[in-house]
Amino acid sequence: MNYEAVIGLEVHVQLNTKTKIFCSCSTEYSGNEPNTNVCEICSGQPGTLPVLNGAVLERAIKTGLALNCKIAARTKFDRKNYFYPDLPKGYQVSQFDMPICSSGYIMLGAAESGEEKKIGITRIHMEEDAGKNVHGADGKKTFVDYNRGGIPLLEIVSEPDMRTPAEAKEYLEKLKVILKYIDVSDCNMEDGSLRCDANVSIRPVGEAKLGTKVEIKNMNSFRGVQKALEYEIERQNEAVKNNAKIFQETRLYDEAKGITLSMRKKEEAFDYRYFPEPDLPPYDISADTVVKIQAGIPELPDAKFKRYLKEFSLSAYDAGLISNNPPLAYFFEKCTDDYKNYKVITNWLLGDISKKINESQQADISKTNIKPAHLVEMLELIDNGTISGKIAKGIIDEIFNTAETPRQIISRLGLVQISDNDFIINIIKETLGENQKSIDDFINGKAAARGFLVGQIMKKTKGKANPKLVNEMLDAELNKLKLQ
Amino acid sequence: MTEKYKKYNDINELPLHYKPAHVIRTMLDSRQISPEEIKTETLKRIAKIDNKINSFLRLCDINNDSGEKNAFWLNIPIALKDNIATKNIITTAGSRILENHIPIFDATVTKKLKDQNAFIVGKTNLDEFAMGSSTENSAFKKTVNPWDYSCVPGGSSGGSAAAVASGMAYMALGSDTGGSIRQPAALCGVCGMKPTYGRVSRYGLIAFASSLDQIGPFTRDAVDMAHALDAISGHDSKDSTSSDSAVDNYSAAALKGYDFKNLKIGIPEQYFTGGIDAGVLNRVEAAIEEFKKLGATVVKVSLPNSKYAIPVYYLIATAEASSNLARFDGVKYGFRAPEYKNLKEMYMKTREAGFGAEVKRRIILGTYALSSGYYDAYYKKAQKARTLICQDFENAFKKVDVILTPVTPSTAFKFNEKTSDPLAMYMSDIFTISINLASIPAMSIPCGLSENMPVGLQILGNYFQEAKMLAIAAEFQKHTDHHLCMPAI
Repeated sequence: MNYEAVIGLEVHVQLNTKTKIFCSCSTEYSGNEPNTNVCEICSGQPGTLPVLNGAVLERAIKTGLALNCKIAARTKFDRKNYFYPDLPKGYQVSQFDMPICSSGYIMLGAAESGEEKKIGITRIHMEEDAGKNVHGADGKKTFVDYNRGGIPLLEIVSEPDMRTPAEAKEYLEKLKVILKYIDVSDCNMEDGSLRCDANVSIRPVGEAKLGTKVEIKNMNSFRGVQKALEYEIERQNEAVKNNAKIFQETRLYDEAKGITLSMRKKEEAFDYRYFPEPDLPPYDISADTVVKIQAGIPELPDAKFKRYLKEFSLSAYDAGLISNNPPLAYFFEKCTDDYKNYKVITNWLLGDISKKINESQQADISKTNIKPAHLVEMLELIDNGTISGKIAKGIIDEIFNTAETPRQIISRLGLVQISDNDFIINIIKETLGENQKSIDDFINGKAAARGFLVGQIMKKTKGKANPKLVNEMLDAELNKLKLQ
Repeated sequence: MTEKYKKYNDINELPLHYKPAHVIRTMLDSRQISPEEIKTETLKRIAKIDNKINSFLRLCDINNDSGEKNAFWLNIPIALKDNIATKNIITTAGSRILENHIPIFDATVTKKLKDQNAFIVGKTNLDEFAMGSSTENSAFKKTVNPWDYSCVPGGSSGGSAAAVASGMAYMALGSDTGGSIRQPAALCGVCGMKPTYGRVSRYGLIAFASSLDQIGPFTRDAVDMAHALDAISGHDSKDSTSSDSAVDNYSAAALKGYDFKNLKIGIPEQYFTGGIDAGVLNRVEAAIEEFKKLGATVVKVSLPNSKYAIPVYYLIATAEASSNLARFDGVKYGFRAPEYKNLKEMYMKTREAGFGAEVKRRIILGTYALSSGYYDAYYKKAQKARTLICQDFENAFKKVDVILTPVTPSTAFKFNEKTSDPLAMYMSDIFTISINLASIPAMSIPCGLSENMPVGLQILGNYFQEAKMLAIAAEFQKHTDHHLCMPAI
């Protein structure tokens, strides 16, 4: 019998608000001394009360709208009760039965295969982050750092609509791109601003009923999520093959070993004793508020992708690469305002410029020195023959180093293309005079010899000779020699 | 045998320590007495009698001179219940688990009184985490009733009630979750008010049951009560449940009084159906007669769902308490068990030794009420009943200005009389509890004595009708002298 996997993801993202969710402490905590980014509220001192940061509600609604969710007309907070040292109040203020957003979706697959698949989003709710337990080097003491306590989180819960680990990874990537576009989170799994738990079960293909669900925690990268799921699905398949029982349980992913290990069985699951948070009244969200927030949502990757195909005639592959990279898409669109050969822009962006971004180890194009005006100016200089494509590559390097404009670089380095016929013919003649063997080879039918000659000529002119003229004039000269 | 109490003929006869704060204010303003004198006299009295009364857990002497110069409470000695946070001064909530806890911030009410430059004398005793009706649940000491030292002062704000009743403070703040201000006020013969939920900020009040807790004052009379409410009321951006509705000028309303010809009083039939001591019933009915004589109209109202108040209260209050008290885990502040093998044992030993029996009982009850599988049957159902109780009051206040009831079914009871029977203790809150569930304001004012012990009359008002209630109470006190009866200490 063939089995298929059923995967659902629970993603936590830290919102990039200036202050924490219920107090005025900063959200910039990484690198701070432990417990220096805390106040009486986020450290749970007796008598303190929470006050909701309006920016959290706003970003939650924005996220819901970007993920095609229904926004609740009324939402409330609940307490999730459990004891743990990193939880200063003994409960987490979260949302239980009236989440801010519900019933949304993300579309996958447009760029890769052109075949779209809808992944449902069950709900999105707001909650506070916990602190962090830090275990002492002696293995005996545990310390608690509450700097992270009270950082606003959104929990985004998907429907069990994914069937492969690759799909799960694609979902995460797509979610990240959307959240980046609407600028609500840094979405960095490595530093914990995005965290993901996965629920996975297997069932016979064609079966409608879900199998026994296993939750996997402790994955630190999108790749890790994919790897953990691959392992876990394989483990479940093996279990079925061996007539072993699959338990409903929580398993931890061990990245070093690439395996999942049982953490707790269902019977050991907590009873969180949710009840409405009496310290926070319910919030009514007006249609007006939703409309206003909707107006602040920029064009999202799916819409961009479709527009790039239509408006700029990009290939699906190129359109996918650009639309899924918000800073690159911004750069690209800026260029298209002033330069109309879109394919050329795309080639430079996805070719030499992307290579430079990688080499520079910057997160994205917006963090580098190159600006849309630079690229447009350079492409115009190529078009009007001032520089060659080869020179242009050098100019890109210089822009990344110095942030100068192409014109400034050309003038500083004397890179203007040589289109003077007399000068070029002299260099050609000089080169031919020095390379009789290559001439013989060419006449004898070795086409590569011609390339060698072009290279020699360009070398003598330090690459500045107009390549079109060099090619034309060299051919004329070689023809003459052939006829002799 | 010496007299247990003394009834004064008018305000001017009262000794300094029993004068209302508004008289002290006048004396200070007209320099008949200096701030130093009033301070010294108060501290002398505390030194003399608090070793018997045991109102104070500690004295604190907060009186900086930087606040508002024209404030009513400037230099007037007042006290705070020890579940109200005072910056840099130990605040215990009457619990071993917070025995040495020093808050790093002031409660909003503390700050407001500091801004008025009141002389904060000390922090008063209470039932642990305000859970109780006799102050016997304090981890630290037993406060006695100033009228009879063999009786409880009531609770949970017993220390604050006794401090005002015995002339050790001119005003004291308490907190009221199910009657914890009104019941001790009645048993100690002073005025006590639980304002509308949201009228006074809860920021800095160590929570018992968040949806029921409200801070309120104890005073000698209704005019002082109005001044106290003026000082502590208002919206607080630090308390999301505080109301932003306009705050009335309470002292102006109290001083103006009320024309009883325009007063319609409701008497809820369900509150007068037995279970009340004859002496108490007699005093309350006599007070209602006095209102009538002064021109008020009295009609019957019905509060049929009040019969559910006690079970509803003990589900909601304990559920919220079980969560509110989870933070006392030995990790961050307060007591931690000295020896433990692992995290779970640290939690268990800390909470075992840190909490008293009543607190543990309520945590267990509340945890049970919220547990998976029981939530719908208990907590959710209680919330529905709470809505019905609210509707009862809303309907009643369509017909009447205020409702009058007893505060307690009996006068102050003896120590240990009810400690072995929690249910009997819970029943002593029967007339006060539904008010917290409905979030409406209510106050207790003295209405005479039964067997030499004070009896309280409860005045209930509609949401945010404190000004009307205070005007009515002040008018009543203009024509009566129950509030001029003081224990002989």
